[in-house]
Amino acid sequence: MNNFLSTAGPKFAQVFIAVFGFLAILAVVFWIAGRANGRKVKPVANIVFLGPAALLLILGLIVPAFQTIFFSFKGEDSSKWVGFSNYKWIFTDPDMRRVLVNTLLWIGVVPIFTTLLGLLLAVFMDRMKRESLPKSLLFMPMAISFVGASIIWRFVYNYSNRYQPQVGLLSAVVKTVGGHPQNWLLDKPLNTFLLMIIFVWVQTGFAMVILSAAIKAVPADIVEASALDGAHGFRLFRFITFPAVRSTFIVVLATQVVGALKIFDVVRTMTGGNFGTNVLANEMYSQIFVQFNQGKGAALAIVLFLLVIPVLLFNMRNLRLERSER
Amino acid sequence: MTISKKGRFASAGVAAVALIASMITGVGSAHAAYNCDPFAGYKGIKGKTVTIFTSILDPELSTMKAAWADFTSCTGVNIKIEGSNQFEALLPVRVKGGNAPDLALIPQPGLLAAMVKTGKVKTAPAGVVANVNKYYSASWKNLGSVGGKFYAAPLGSNMKSLVWYSPKQFAKNGYTVPTTWDGMLALADKMAANNQTAFCGGIGSGGATGWPATDWLEEVVVRMYGQQTYNDWISHKVKFSDPKIIAAMQKVADWMQNPKYVGDVKAIASTSFQDAGQTIAAGGCNMLQQASFYGSQLPAGTNISPTGDVFAFYLPTINASVTTPVEGGGEFTTAFSSRPEVQAVQAYLSSATYATSRVNLDHWVSANSGVPLAAYKDPIDRLSAKYLADPKSTFVFDASDAMPAAVGAGKEWTEFTAWFAEGKAIKDVAAAIDAAWPKA
Repeated sequence: MNNFLSTAGPKFAQVFIAVFGFLAILAVVFWIAGRANGRKVKPVANIVFLGPAALLLILGLIVPAFQTIFFSFKGEDSSKWVGFSNYKWIFTDPDMRRVLVNTLLWIGVVPIFTTLLGLLLAVFMDRMKRESLPKSLLFMPMAISFVGASIIWRFVYNYSNRYQPQVGLLSAVVKTVGGHPQNWLLDKPLNTFLLMIIFVWVQTGFAMVILSAAIKAVPADIVEASALDGAHGFRLFRFITFPAVRSTFIVVLATQVVGALKIFDVVRTMTGGNFGTNVLANEMYSQIFVQFNQGKGAALAIVLFLLVIPVLLFNMRNLRLERSER
Repeated sequence: MTISKKGRFASAGVAAVALIASMITGVGSAHAAYNCDPFAGYKGIKGKTVTIFTSILDPELSTMKAAWADFTSCTGVNIKIEGSNQFEALLPVRVKGGNAPDLALIPQPGLLAAMVKTGKVKTAPAGVVANVNKYYSASWKNLGSVGGKFYAAPLGSNMKSLVWYSPKQFAKNGYTVPTTWDGMLALADKMAANNQTAFCGGIGSGGATGWPATDWLEEVVVRMYGQQTYNDWISHKVKFSDPKIIAAMQKVADWMQNPKYVGDVKAIASTSFQDAGQTIAAGGCNMLQQASFYGSQLPAGTNISPTGDVFAFYLPTINASVTTPVEGGGEFTTAFSSRPEVQAVQAYLSSATYATSRVNLDHWVSANSGVPLAAYKDPIDRLSAKYLADPKSTFVFDASDAMPAAVGAGKEWTEFTAWFAEGKAIKDVAAAIDAAWPKA
C-alpha cells in the first residue's frame, strides 16, 4: 500500500506534465497558425493540420516498417546480413510449413464461419419480437478478451490423466452419447479447428450486431414493394436484403480475415503453439521475445504484412466502388 | 511479508541506535547490541563504501541487509546494494560504460563468463579462496571459475533434484523412500502392481511448455555422466544425437514415458506442471520430480514435512562414480574492484557466518557446508541444503537456460513436447534439436 502511494504520486505528476505539455504545444502551434495571413494561410494550415499526423506516421509506422524489412535480412542480433536465409527458413522448414498451413486454414475457415453465422443470426433476430435480450447475450463474448475466452474454453476441452477426475465439458458431452473422454487438444488437425471455435464464439456477436444494423437500414418501402411482388422468405433475402447489406458483409468479412491472420492469443493460451497448432503470429512472438532471434521474427512479420495487403487493397477498392455508385 | 517488514524495522532501528550511541559514548561501545567477535579480522574498512548490484529484489533484498547488519555496524563499512529486474541487461552495459559496481551477484555462469571476457572481473582474494575451499564442494568452485581461474564465490542456491511424495500415503502403503535409481523404479513397479500411478507428470507451461521435460533429461545426464559431459553437452561438444545423450533420453523415456508408471503419457503434455502433483496428498499419483519451489504450488494448508501430507526426497543417483548429483541454481559474488573493503565484504559474504545469519532470518538455502543444518527452519530448505552443501556434491546449473535461446527456449521445448504428445522417435527429436543449434 505504502509502496503504491509512493510510486503513484510521481506517476500522476508525470501524467499531468505530459497532458499539459501536449496542450501547451498545441496552443503554441495554433497561435502561430492564427498569426499567418494573406498568401501564407494555406501552406501554414497544411503544415499545422497535416504535420503532426505525418510526423507521427513516419515515426510510428514508416520508419519501423523499413527497419523491420532491414532486420528480416539480418541475423539474430541484427549484426550480420544473411540474405534471404530467414525467408528460406520460413518456406522450407517442415515445422514452418505446418505454421503456414495453419495460418491459411485460419484465414480460410474462420472469417466465413463468423460472418455467415453472424448474418444468419442477424436475419433471424430481425424477425423476433424481443430481440434485444438474445442479441445482448450473443454479443457478450465480444466483451471477453481472447485470453479470457481461451481460459474458459480450456475447461471445455480439458482432459486429465487417470489419477485425476475428468472435468472437461466436451468429454462429458461425448460420454453421455456413449463415447470416451479424449485429449482433444492433442488431436491434430482437429485441435486447430477446436481453437477456431473459440474465435468464432467471440467474434460472431460482433458480426451479428453490425449486419443486423445494416439489415435494419434497408428501407421498409423496398421490402414492402418486393413483398407485394411476391418475394418471401429466402427469395426476399436473396434478392433484396443481401444485396442491400452486401458491402457491410464484405467489410465484416475483411475484418475477420485480418483478425484470423493476426490470431495469437488463443493459440498461445491454449497450446502455446504445440501439438501442430502453431500460427505465424505466435511463431513471430516466440522468435523475437523468447528465442531472441530478431531476424526470423522480422521476416515472419513481413510475411504477415504481405498477407494482409491483398485484403486491405480489396477493402479499399470496395469502398471506392461504393462511393462511385452513390 | 511480515519477515521483510520486521527486517526493515530491525535494520532501521539498529542504525538509529548505533548512531545515537556513537554520538553519546564514542565508537568503542557503540555495538553493544551485537557480538562483534566474528568480525575482529575485518580491520581498516571503517567508513568505506562498497556497492553491490543484484537481480534480487524486495522483500528478499531487505532480509539480506538485515543479515549483514551486525557486520556493517561492527566493522563500520557501508554496503550499498541495489536490485534491478533488468540486472542481466544492465550489468554488461554498466561494465562496458566503466560504471561497474564493486560487487555483482550474478545468477548465471554464462553471464559470469561473459563478464570475465571483458577483463574487468578480479580474481577471488585469498580470504574468499580459503572460505570456498573450506565450505564448498569442488563443483561449486568450478562454476565460479572461468578458464581455470577462480573468480566468484557462490552465495544463495536452490535445488531442482527433488521428488515430491506423500509421507502419509507411503506409510499407509508400506512404501519406503528409495535411495537408488533402480530402487525408485522397483518401487514404481510395486505401485503399478498395486494398481496405483507411480509418477505424476505435467510439462504444460503456456508458451514455455516442455521445460519440465528438459529438466528430467538434465537430471539424468548429470547422474549418468557427471559435470564434465554435462558442460560439454551445454557447449554442444556433445550433441543431442550423441549416443550418450540418446541413452539418457531413453532412460527418461523408460521412466516418465512408461504407461505402467504414468498412466496416459500424452496427458503429460497437456497437463500443466502446476496441476501435475495436486493429487499426491490424496494418493492419486505417488511421486513428482519437480524443483524445491513446487511446495508453493500445493493447496494452502498442505502440511509439508517429513511426516506430513507432502514432502520430498532426493532424486536418487544412477552412476555411483557421480557423487551426489544436484541440479539447481544460485548466485555468484563477482568483484569488479580489488579495494581492501570490497575484498573484506566479498570474504564475509562467502563465510559461514553470513550464510548462517541469513538462514536464521528467512527462507533461504546456502551451499555453504559451514551452516548447521539445524539452522534451517523450513524442512524443504533443510533437505535441499543437505545435498547442496554436501562436500562431494556434483552441482550443475539448468542446461537449457545455458544453451542458446533457439535451443534452450525454443526447439528443445517444442521437440520434447512432441516427444511426449506425439511419441516422436528419440533420434528424430535429437536430430531436430541439433539442427536448430545456431551456427557459430
